Formats: sequence, structure tokens, C-alpha cells
Amino acid sequence: MSVASSTYLVGSFTPEAFEQSLARCAHLPAWWLDRKRAAYARFAAAPMPQRTNEGWRFSNLSTLTLDGFNLPAPVRFDQLAHRELGVTGAGHLVFANNRLVAAQPLDASTAGAGIIFDTLQNALLQHGDLVKSHLLAQPSKLGSDKFAALHEAFLEDGAFIYVPKGVTATLPVGVFHYASGAGAAVFPHTLVIAGENAKITVADFFRSEKPAEAHFACGGNDLYAGHGASVTYLAMQDWSRATLSFQFNATVARRDARVLSLNLHAGARQARHESFSQLQAPGAHSEMLALTVAHGTQEFDQRTLQIHQAPNTSSNLLYKNALLDQAKTIFSGLIVVDADAQKTDAYQSNRNLMLSDEAEANSLPGLEIQANDVRCTHGATSSRIDREQEFYLESRGIRAAQAQELLVFGFFEEVLGKLEHQELHDRLTEIIREKFRNQ
Amino acid sequence: MKPLSDTDPATPIADEAAANPVAGIDQTKGDFQYKVDYAFDAGTGLTEDTVRYISTVKKEEPWILEFRLKALKTFLRKPMPTHWATKDLENIDFAKIRYYLSQGQKPKRTWDEVPDDIKKTFERLGIPEQERKFLAGVEAQFDSEAAYSNIKDIVAKQGVIFCNSTEGLREHPEIFRKFFGKVIPTGDNKFSALNSAVFSGGSFIYVPKGVKVAQPLQAYFRINAENFGQFERTLIIADEGAEVVYMEGCTAPKFSTSTLHSAVVELVALKGAKIQYITVQNWANNVFNLVTKRGVAHEDAEIKWIDCNIGSRLTMKYPGVVLKGERARGEVLSIALANDGQHQDTGAKMIHAANNTTSNIIAKSISVGQGRSTYRGVVHIPKHLKGCKNNTECDALLINTNSRTDTYPAISVRGDRNATQHEASVSKVSEDMIFYMQSRGLTEAQAMSLAVNGFINDLARQFPMEYSVELKRLIDLEMEGSVG
Repeated sequence: MSVASSTYLVGSFTPEAFEQSLARCAHLPAWWLDRKRAAYARFAAAPMPQRTNEGWRFSNLSTLTLDGFNLPAPVRFDQLAHRELGVTGAGHLVFANNRLVAAQPLDASTAGAGIIFDTLQNALLQHGDLVKSHLLAQPSKLGSDKFAALHEAFLEDGAFIYVPKGVTATLPVGVFHYASGAGAAVFPHTLVIAGENAKITVADFFRSEKPAEAHFACGGNDLYAGHGASVTYLAMQDWSRATLSFQFNATVARRDARVLSLNLHAGARQARHESFSQLQAPGAHSEMLALTVAHGTQEFDQRTLQIHQAPNTSSNLLYKNALLDQAKTIFSGLIVVDADAQKTDAYQSNRNLMLSDEAEANSLPGLEIQANDVRCTHGATSSRIDREQEFYLESRGIRAAQAQELLVFGFFEEVLGKLEHQELHDRLTEIIREKFRNQ
Repeated sequence: MKPLSDTDPATPIADEAAANPVAGIDQTKGDFQYKVDYAFDAGTGLTEDTVRYISTVKKEEPWILEFRLKALKTFLRKPMPTHWATKDLENIDFAKIRYYLSQGQKPKRTWDEVPDDIKKTFERLGIPEQERKFLAGVEAQFDSEAAYSNIKDIVAKQGVIFCNSTEGLREHPEIFRKFFGKVIPTGDNKFSALNSAVFSGGSFIYVPKGVKVAQPLQAYFRINAENFGQFERTLIIADEGAEVVYMEGCTAPKFSTSTLHSAVVELVALKGAKIQYITVQNWANNVFNLVTKRGVAHEDAEIKWIDCNIGSRLTMKYPGVVLKGERARGEVLSIALANDGQHQDTGAKMIHAANNTTSNIIAKSISVGQGRSTYRGVVHIPKHLKGCKNNTECDALLINTNSRTDTYPAISVRGDRNATQHEASVSKVSEDMIFYMQSRGLTEAQAMSLAVNGFINDLARQFPMEYSVELKRLIDLEMEGSVG
């Protein structure tokens, strides 16, 4: 391979940059460093996404640049405009520019016995086997092999949450990831492992320190719910409006497990989110929810895959997008029902609320069914606010702008209402409201 | 494959017929082959010489040869679309296919003039002579050339031109050249390019302003030579305010090696015109059926595709409508049945290009045994349009535990003045329903057959009567042996 083409393939993420990042992880187990080296080699060899790749249909490829970014210098916690989770007594970890800057450990007496809530680096050192079998253990199936490899290669630290068998975490935990400084490249990661019949709620926050700075964010999360476990995961993506963002999710649900993940997409210039759910044993359930508020020229590219690998599993996907200005959204979802996964109940729905005449919504809801005794449906709609509802509100003296906001929140409430924690519900609502106010 | 006419014997209602709903129907129909003496045969394989040969035999004008040669280059340049389509396409061996053969006959005007051996083939197919009384015109394509052609006086008197593609380009270039290859350009896809290079046969129809053709125009296509690809080209133009219904039905004998069928069908509905195009496809299950069908609907025009796919090994067909004029309307009604070893990859495309255009897609598929049915669709509403609406419904029915179905729609909408809705569901025949029917004395197979017919009933009802009867019989046949 010529020098020119390899530079094109790696951009700012040169072999030198990789060695620099690897040096900061030198104290971590050798198997992990080997995996990172292998990941870097995969990243450097893989081509950029091509127009003919179905996994990138409708996506803007010309703006997927890897140039102009850097591995940022540390920042201090007091330099951040940090806002707490808002749940009294809840633990949190705060990362800025790939490093831990603040932590509120869990109080074992109130939070639940034996829960581990720590950094990935500590977990790699102390619970290596657990991390090894779950961290980035699922394949990348939705088209971003190159960027997923980049994430693995440069992942330095993140959050590790382990809930032992039979333990219910009484309070949610919050993980905050900040990016700071022009061109900062961050690689956040959250790993959640819930043992048999364990229960936990985790909230991830992604924020840029300054709204005008351009960042490169390439993050991931692994959610593993053992038999009978229940995992609730929230991600609030609010990077600066100049950020290029990738997020990769891998969810595994075992027998009778239940995973709910809710992604709020508000920030970034171009944001791609890939979510891969595996229902591996009977009774498993995955709830895949997303809310997107797309402004300006933002592009949100959401790709999902829900695979039913065992009989009697269920999944429910509801992705709602509100589109303003010249924003563009892509939803591409696929439900796969394996040959022996009888009695599968799968649902997939994408609703686009068009709030502008220049916005563009693309839906690709797909099904691949190989078992006959199943109930699988999907739906996709795109339309404006119901004129009658608008008229009803206005006829009662509510101003047009306010009526529109009310109706948009009504549109989102179907998703927000699935959250059990009132505080988290309110926090999400606030981010959405803020975004509408600053449009 | 024959429309039911009043001369058909009524289905016996005896007990044995009740036990087997398809008793009395010859199930080997279409499964035969006559040795035909091919006077013009371009041999196997595809080169520039093949194309020149076809053009010479057809005594074509230079511009057509040029068009063909350019298309051949496009075909050779284009890759197989396997990045989204099934890998089964790679099993087509283009070098082993015969691209042209014909008996060198001129289309016959009367039934008596049709040679006996060909008549025999049609009789086995069940096209009765009486049909001429019932149908306006029969343009039966025997292999490449139309071997038999009859247009009823009424249609000709109205000024309707109904002929094969060779004749159309030779005798009415002023009408057909203007639209030929315009709806589906050569480079649209690999197989439209292939068709453009080697096309022969197919129908050319022109319906003059304001003429409403009372009877459906009908054509039969079949493949009769092993390894022989059929590349018919159809172009239908309905002038302002005209209305026409065209029906196309196919049967083909079964062969051990694969055959290729790759048609291009272009429809043009000018202002206020209406075109309905009905297909019942029942190729033998070794046929690759890779067809491009598209219509352009101008202002207030309406194009409706009724597409029914039962046969073939692999069908890839997505009838489309380009809604070019205001208030144009497009509709696709699609039924697909995939049995063991079959893949029905069908769907629809709706390209909205003017304000207040509406489109509707209703697709129903049934997968039996290890059959695989796929819905693939495009709905596209570009910038700055208003008042466009699309409704899409896809329902899949899976009969056996190992049956397979896929759905891959793509919907793009810009702006807040349009609305689309898409819905798809997958299910099996409800056990309650089967139990109910069995408790009333039906066998499980009969109950299943009835349930499947019920599943497509609301679509089948929209077919012309003779086609919906034929469809019901075909489904009964396919459902045989799928239960128990």
C-alpha cells in the first residue's frame, strides 16, 4: 500500500498517534494491548465506506473525514461546566478527554451489595476475566467495522459496571464524557454486566465543553443482561454542533432478561449510531428506543439490528425523529428471526415528524424472517404535525410556537414515558427543551 | 395458463373433488416441450457478432443496431448488483445462453395460417380458439417472434396500434422511437442493458387520444428452448385521455439447466390517460426472471401494475411509476408465491416528481416449504413538492416452519407538506382458523388452501375475473403437499 493511500485511510490516527495512546495503557494486561494492536491494524487496512455499501445507503460519505483531529491534553474537572445527574446519592464517573477527572463511588450500604462501579482501566487490572469476555465481544455487523476498530484501538478508559447475581441497584449510576479543546478525539466506553436476576439503570452523558469546537467522538457500549436480569440504559448525546460522532451499541439478553436502551440524539454535525441487539435465550426482551431532534444541517444516521436467536423472545423498537431546518435523518433497521426462533414477537417502528419543508427523512425498515410461527410487524411514517391538533390548541388561545412545542413533546412522550425514573425523564425533557430554545 | 371462458367445463363438485380442490386440473400442464426446427439461431454466447446477427435478421435500421451495440457495452461494463441482491445471480452463465432464435416467420393474421406444430403447443397450453371471440387480441409470442397475432377489427378501427416490437420500430418509427428507451434508459441496470442489446419480441401498443379500449389486450409469452433467454421489449403509449388494459401471462416448460428471461416494459400515460398492466408469471422453476418495468404518468394520468409471481427460480421485479405530472397516480398490487427452491424478490418503486401525486403499494407474499419471498421497495419524494402521499402495505404469510420472508423498503421524504406511511406484517395461518374449518369437515390441506386464498382475496378481487380464477387454481396447485 502506498504512503498516500494509507494516510488517506487513517487521517489523524497515524501509527505514531496510536503508539502514543498505547503508551498510556502500558500498565494494562497484555491480552488487551494485543487486541488493541490487532484493532489498529484492522482500522488502518479497512477502506472508508463506499457508495455501493448498503450499510451506508443515504449517508453523506464526503463529510466522514478523519483529518484534523488530535489526542487531546488532560483537562481539570473544575474547568468543566459539569451538571450532576440530579439523583440524590447516585454514583457517578466523570471522564474528560479520555481520562477520569471525578468520581462519586457507590455507597455499598444503600446502593446494593457487591456492585462494582469503576473505571475500565481498574476493571482490566482487577476483574480481567469479566472484562475479557464482555468488552467489545460482539461483532460489528452494521457497516462501521473500520470505526469500531478505531474505537477499540484508541479506547483508553471508560466505565465498568457489574451487578452480581440477585442484586438490585436501588439508584441509577451516571457516566459523563466530556470533550474539550479544538479537534479533540474522544473514545468513550461503558460496559454493563448484570448477573442473574440483577437490576441496574445506567445513564451516559456526552457533552462538549464548548459548543463551537469541533470534536471527533467514537464511543461504544456493551450491555449484557444475564438470566432474568434487567438493564436500563440511557444515552444522551449532546456533542457540539461541529462534532463527527459514532456510537456503537451491542446488547445481549439471556433467558428472561430485559434490556431497555434509550438514546437521545441532540448534538453533533453528523452522528451515526449503530445498535445491535441479540436475544439469545427464551424469554429475552429488548426495548430499543431513540429520540432525535435534528436542527440546522445535522445528519443523524441510525442503524439497528435485532436478532432473535431463540424461541419465545421479543423485541420492540421505536425510533422517533423530529426534523427542523435542513436536517436529515436516516433510519435503517433490520429484524432477523433465526430458523428455530419460533414464537418471536418483534416490532419496529420509525416515526418522522417533519417540521420544515427542507428536512429530509429516510426510512429503511427491514425484516428477515426464517421461522413461521412469529409475529413481526414494522411501520414507518413521515408527516407534519396533525393540523387538527394544532387548530385545537390554537383555538384555545395557545400561541402557534407553543402549540408546536407541546405537540412535539406529545410526540416524544410515547418514548419518554417508558422511563421509570422521574428524574431521568425530567433531565431528558430538559435537554430537548434546551435544544428547541437554542435553535 | 388460460383465462376461463364460458366454454370451460365447470369444476366437478363430486366428493373426490371436494377432497382435493385441484382434482380435474392437469398439473403437468406447461411441463412439456416440442422439438422445434429453429430456422434462425444466433448460437450460444453474447458478442458483438450476436448483436449484429440479430439486427440483420430483423432487417433493422442502422440506429437500432447502434442502440444495441451501445447497450452491449453498457451491459459488459456494469457489475452484477450482488452488493444488495442475492448471490444466486452469479449462477447465470451468460456464455451458455442462446440470445436469439426465431422461425423466421412473419406474424400470422389468422389462426389457420399458424403452423400445426405451434398450434399444438398452444393447445397444450390451453389457449382455445374460441378465445378470440372473448378477447380483443392475442399476440402470442412463441419464443422470440410472435407466431400468431390477431387484433380484432374493433381495436384497429379505433386506431389502436398493437404489434410486436420489430414491427413497431419498422412501421411506426414516428410514434415509437420518441418513447423507446426513454422510460427505462439502457444503463438503468445490468439487465435492462442486456435487454436493450438483444431484445426481440414483445408488444408495442399505441392508443390514440381519447380512445378507451373496451377489451383487455392480451399476450402470452413462453420459453421453449433449453438455455434460451427471452428478451422481450414492450412499450405501451396511451395518448391523452386514452385507456387500456394489457395482460401478460407466462408458462414455460421445465428444463434441467437454467434459463434466463429479462424483459423491459415501458409504459407512457400521457395527460389523463389510464394504463393497467396485468402479469401472471408462472415460469418453470429453473428460470431466472429479471425484469425491468416502469411507467411514466403525466398530469392526471394513472398507471396501475397488477403483478403476480408464482413461478421461476429467481424473480427480481420491481414495477415502478414515475409520477411526472400533477395529480398523477401510481399503484402496484403485487402477489408473490415462493415454493421450494424459489426466490420471489419483488416489490415496487414510486418516484414522485410533481405536486399532489399519490401512490399506493399493496404487496402480499406467501412462502411455502423452503421458499423465500422478498419485498423490496422505493418511495421517493424529493424537495419542494407538496401534497404527495404514499401508502405502502406489505403482508407476508409463512406456511412451513422453514419458510422465509424478507422486507427491505426504502422511503425518502423531504419537506413537511407530504405524507407517507408504510406498514408490514409477517404471520402464519392462524391455528384457530384451520381448526374452525376442520371442525366443519374440511381436510387440513383444504383449510390451508382456503386460508391462503382468503389472505390474498382482497387483492385477487381486483384482478379481471378470468385471472383471479386462474390465480386461485395456481395457488391451490402450489399449496398441494405443503401440509401434513
